[in-house]
Parts: sequence; C-alpha cells; structure tokens
Amino acid sequence: MKPPPFAYHAPSSLNEALQLLGRLENARVLAGGQSLMPMLNMRFAQPDHVVDINGITDLAYIRREGMMLEIGALTRQRDIEFSPLIAEACPLLREAILQVGHRQTRNRGTLGGSLCHLDPAAEMAAVAAIYGAELVIAGPQGQRTAAFAEFALDYMTTCLAPEEMLVAVRYPLWPAESGYCFIEYARRHGDFAIVSAGVLLRADASGRISQASLALGGVGAVPLKLDAIAAELIGKAGSPAVFATMAEACGDIDAMEDALITATYRRQLAKTLLRRALETAYARATGQPLPRHAQHRAA
Amino acid sequence: MKQPYHLQVNGRDCAVEAEPRKILADVLREDCGLTGTHIGCEHGVCGACTILLDGKPVRSCLVFGIQAQGADIRTVEGLADGDELHPLQQAFMEHHALQCGFCTPGFLMLGAALWESGAKPTEAELQALLSSNLCRCTGYGNIQKAIASALDARDQAPKRSGEGAP
Repeated sequence: MKPPPFAYHAPSSLNEALQLLGRLENARVLAGGQSLMPMLNMRFAQPDHVVDINGITDLAYIRREGMMLEIGALTRQRDIEFSPLIAEACPLLREAILQVGHRQTRNRGTLGGSLCHLDPAAEMAAVAAIYGAELVIAGPQGQRTAAFAEFALDYMTTCLAPEEMLVAVRYPLWPAESGYCFIEYARRHGDFAIVSAGVLLRADASGRISQASLALGGVGAVPLKLDAIAAELIGKAGSPAVFATMAEACGDIDAMEDALITATYRRQLAKTLLRRALETAYARATGQPLPRHAQHRAA
Repeated sequence: MKQPYHLQVNGRDCAVEAEPRKILADVLREDCGLTGTHIGCEHGVCGACTILLDGKPVRSCLVFGIQAQGADIRTVEGLADGDELHPLQQAFMEHHALQCGFCTPGFLMLGAALWESGAKPTEAELQALLSSNLCRCTGYGNIQKAIASALDARDQAPKRSGEGAP
C-alpha cells in the first residue's frame, strides 16, 4: 500500500521543530522512519502532518562524561554499532544493537525513534530499562527529564505530550569489569524478537554477585524489569544451578499472547534466555570461559 | 499536493514533481524512469528495493523521495558500464545466483555496498548481512557464493581505499 496524504515539514532546528509540533494538530515526528514508514505504508498511522527531523543534525552525537553516556536521539543505530566509545563503555548496548533489524535498517533507524515507537520487542527499550536510562525531553517550556520507567507507559505509548520531542538518552554507566549479555529469540535473524533477555551484573573478588539489573523484552507491553530476581542474586556465588533456579521464577510472569505465540511459549523462552544471559554475563564479570551456548560471542 | 525537487541518481540530475508521501522506490521507478529497483513488500521486510544512499544500503520503501534530496543515490542501473557488467553482476551470472530475478537488484546493491566499502566479511558476517533480503526462489547459497567470489576478485585486483563497513 501507499502512505496516506500528509503535509511534510522539514525543520532545520530543534526550536523550529518544537514550534511546528506545538502548532500542528495530529503531527508525527519522522526520524529514521524504519518503524513509522511501514506503519504509514500500511496506513496504520494516518497523521495530517509529518515533521521530518533528519535535518536537525545536532541531535546526533555520542558522548561520555565520567560515568554518564549521553546519546542524541537522532543518532543512527549504525553509529552506535560502530562506535568504539560504546563498545568500550556500554558493551550491553552494542550487543543489543546488533540484534536490531538488519544493517540496512540500522543505516537509517535511530535510537530515539526506536524508543518513541516503543515496540514491546524493541531491544533499545529493554536496554534503557536495564540501565535505568534517563530521557531528555524538549517541549515548549524547555527541557525535562524522565526515567525510562516513567517514559514507557504502555503498549507503544510513551509519556511524551504531542508538542514534545525526545532529544537525548542518558545511560548511567557500570564499571568496565561488569558482566553483560543481551540475547533474543526470533524466527528469523533481524525479525522482531519473540522474547529477549538482558543482564548487567557485577561480582566481587570471591565471585559473589554484588549488583545486578535484569529485564525481559517482548513478554509484556513494555520491558519487564526483574527487580525481585536481581535482588535475590545479591550475595550469591554464580553457578548454573543458581541461575537455573533464578530463571525458573520467570515461569509465572504475565506474558503476552498473540495469534502466533502463546503465553506459555513466551514464559518458556523467558526462562531459557534469562538463564543463558545470566550465565554469560557472570562468565564475563568473573573472567571465566563463556558457556557453550555463548561461545560464538565475544568474551 | 505535488512538490518539485531534484534527486541525484547514478550521478545524473533527475527533476521530480511528486507528493511528499511518495516513497523513494516509487519516485525512482515512476519519476526517474529507473525501474530496475523492484518493490516487494513496501514495509521494510523483503529488501528487494535496496539502493545505496550516500554509499550505504537502505530500503527505498522506507525513505520518502523528498528526503533523498542532496543525497548520492545509486541504483542497479548504475552498476554496469555500458554493455560491460559490473564484476558483481558477472559473478551472479556465473554462479547462477538468480532464477526469477525479482530480488536480484536488491541483492546486487547490498553486494555493491560491500564491494565499495573494501570490507571483507567472514562467511557468518556475510550471511548475517544478506539475511536482510528475501529470495523466494531459495537461491541464497548461490547469492552468497557470487558475492563472496566477487569480493575475492576485488581483493586480488590493485588495492582501492575503503571507508569502512557498508
């Protein structure tokens, strides 16, 4: 199908974009277009105005200040994939971005677009939940920030008002020795994940877990933070048995069901993926060899 | 309402008058007369409409024509030099990398991005890259062989400067 008619606007500055969003009714922001364009082509989205922000190039940047990583909303997924800074400071984000669509779509797709679209299976949303990222939002009254948990309200629904725009995302970084893992299961490489699991964890010199943050993607409307499991991991020495027991707790999560995938299957996948992600993250945190299911990954 | 704008396609200027909602793939086919770019799914799944935008492969069904102003657009028509096939096209012929040919322009442009980047992917990397495009004649094995052999031939030719991955 072809997109419905709309008026096209291409502001060249953030101010101009905000003025347009404040003035126009039923407007949609177009960033990389890798989610909005399919929705337009299939007429799931029917905006009267499209505000193309690709010309606001100062919204594309990656920078680090101390233990805070800030990424501009218009940063292409490709630039995250190839950033040496992200590979070093935020390897979980890099591991996740390689599972976002394909190289072709990452060449256009943006970080901010993925977060604002907020597909339940979006890898970028799960990573933002794991880090407890802070979102910088610009509106007519200036800028405000929102924690990811406040930003992601419900199924493809964010806390952004129609006249607001996401401009940047801030990730509080974990120390370099932290373990990480992001894995997902999809029917085809690059397809929407049925379930994804992401883990950040730290272990002390004796191998006891001192800090952990976990989330599942694809099981609910928004990423599911597993704070109770993370809390229970603290103080434990990691082992396959411990991680299997912890992952077993995913057996009673409230998982989505759709025409193709049952809730039971999602829960089963969640258990398996979380166990594997915990094992891999722990191996990385403690410098042990990666488990067999992860040996194709970089240490 | 139609709007006039210009695109640079395969090094040539193309004057377009089209509605902003017209996707780049349709603009190329209908307004620039370049029907080599095929349209499969129109929602970013099949990769048949892959073109190069500033040297990088993108799906031309997920970009509006009007957004491509000022960009260097390359389509399958820009590969051959007159009657002389691009080495990638020659490799597709030699390895029988096409049957019906519908997906071929997309795979060729994906290959062209690799060719020009100077990158040499491993077999697994090449598979991951090619997984973005669908071929319903199930010719993936031969497509992979064709692109790999063309890249081998490129690397045996005198070195050219690459600018990173596609």
